Amino acid sequence: MSATWWAIIAATLGCYAAKIAGQSVPQRMLDRPLVLAISDALPVALLMALVAVQTFAVGQHLVLDARFAGLCAAIVALLLRAPFLVVVIVAAGVAAGLRTMGWAT
Amino acid sequence: MSATADRAVPPHWAEERREILTNALGVGVAVGAYGISFGAISVTGGLTVLQTQMLSALMFTGGSQFAFVGVLVAGGGAVSAIGTSVLLGVRNAFYGLTMAPVLRVHGLQRAVAAHLTIDESTAMAVGRSVEHDDGRASRFAFWATGLSVFVFWNLATLAGSLGAGALGDPRAWGLDAAIPAGFIALVWPRLRDRRSWTIGLCAAAVALVLTPFLRPGVPVLLTSVVAVIAGVLAVRDHVPSVEDYDDVATP
Repeated sequence: MSATWWAIIAATLGCYAAKIAGQSVPQRMLDRPLVLAISDALPVALLMALVAVQTFAVGQHLVLDARFAGLCAAIVALLLRAPFLVVVIVAAGVAAGLRTMGWAT
Repeated sequence: MSATADRAVPPHWAEERREILTNALGVGVAVGAYGISFGAISVTGGLTVLQTQMLSALMFTGGSQFAFVGVLVAGGGAVSAIGTSVLLGVRNAFYGLTMAPVLRVHGLQRAVAAHLTIDESTAMAVGRSVEHDDGRASRFAFWATGLSVFVFWNLATLAGSLGAGALGDPRAWGLDAAIPAGFIALVWPRLRDRRSWTIGLCAAAVALVLTPFLRPGVPVLLTSVVAVIAGVLAVRDHVPSVEDYDDVATP
């Protein structure tokens, strides 16, 4: 089996472990202020880090290209309360348009 | 609302049941939009249709799936992809913690309930009061929403991954720009105050500063340290923990 398959299996087991732990472990083990506060901050930190890296990184290099324009368009769409699919399509459309016009890479 | 706490069928149950089912279907359809983009991004990123479908069927937690694929596509190693997706899945443990006393399931039912414990099913269940009907509506909302999202999420993933194969060069369609757009849309409902913005922007800055020095994927993983510091500071400042499924509509 390929490395990708092993990674899928490991990540899937890890995610399920979190789900079943919440249903099974005694309430007091997870219900602590510090644990709750960290788990509150985790999604925000990881998702924003992913936004930054996926917008500006190519491998280990930082670049400014059409993806940044796409992200700005996505933020405008979110401010206008657009649904998820619209946000994604707007971002892709802006990036694709800029590339077609030759205004960005 | 009636204040009776018996186990008899509560008044207006038929209407409430219909309303819950309608909501569950609505959420399922809305989530399908994420599923289409997930399928398309995953397959254009190099995963097979089968691998993509396995993620939706077995991992079944959208943020983690997007992160897993995003890190792999960016050239991050398997370890970073696994780490990031599992850390993002940790919040489901806290949803389970909230749901367990309401669901009261054991054995196989608990195993299935755990699989369906995600943002949407939890949000729809905690939106129902458990006082007047012993949690009947809350339980029903959890199962109906969980199953609805599971079906639509998987169908949409398949549609997206099959459709993506016909696209050709993903960059010409701006699909690489769709990935950060997807992540910002996922995190948007969680950016509700100055504290969450500070955490998010610090994490983004840390990830960018570390990018030139570390393998792709590792910088994102290391921003979990930002979350730990934020958690310690929040406890020190006695900031009440926010129930983060309140208005989050992500799978």
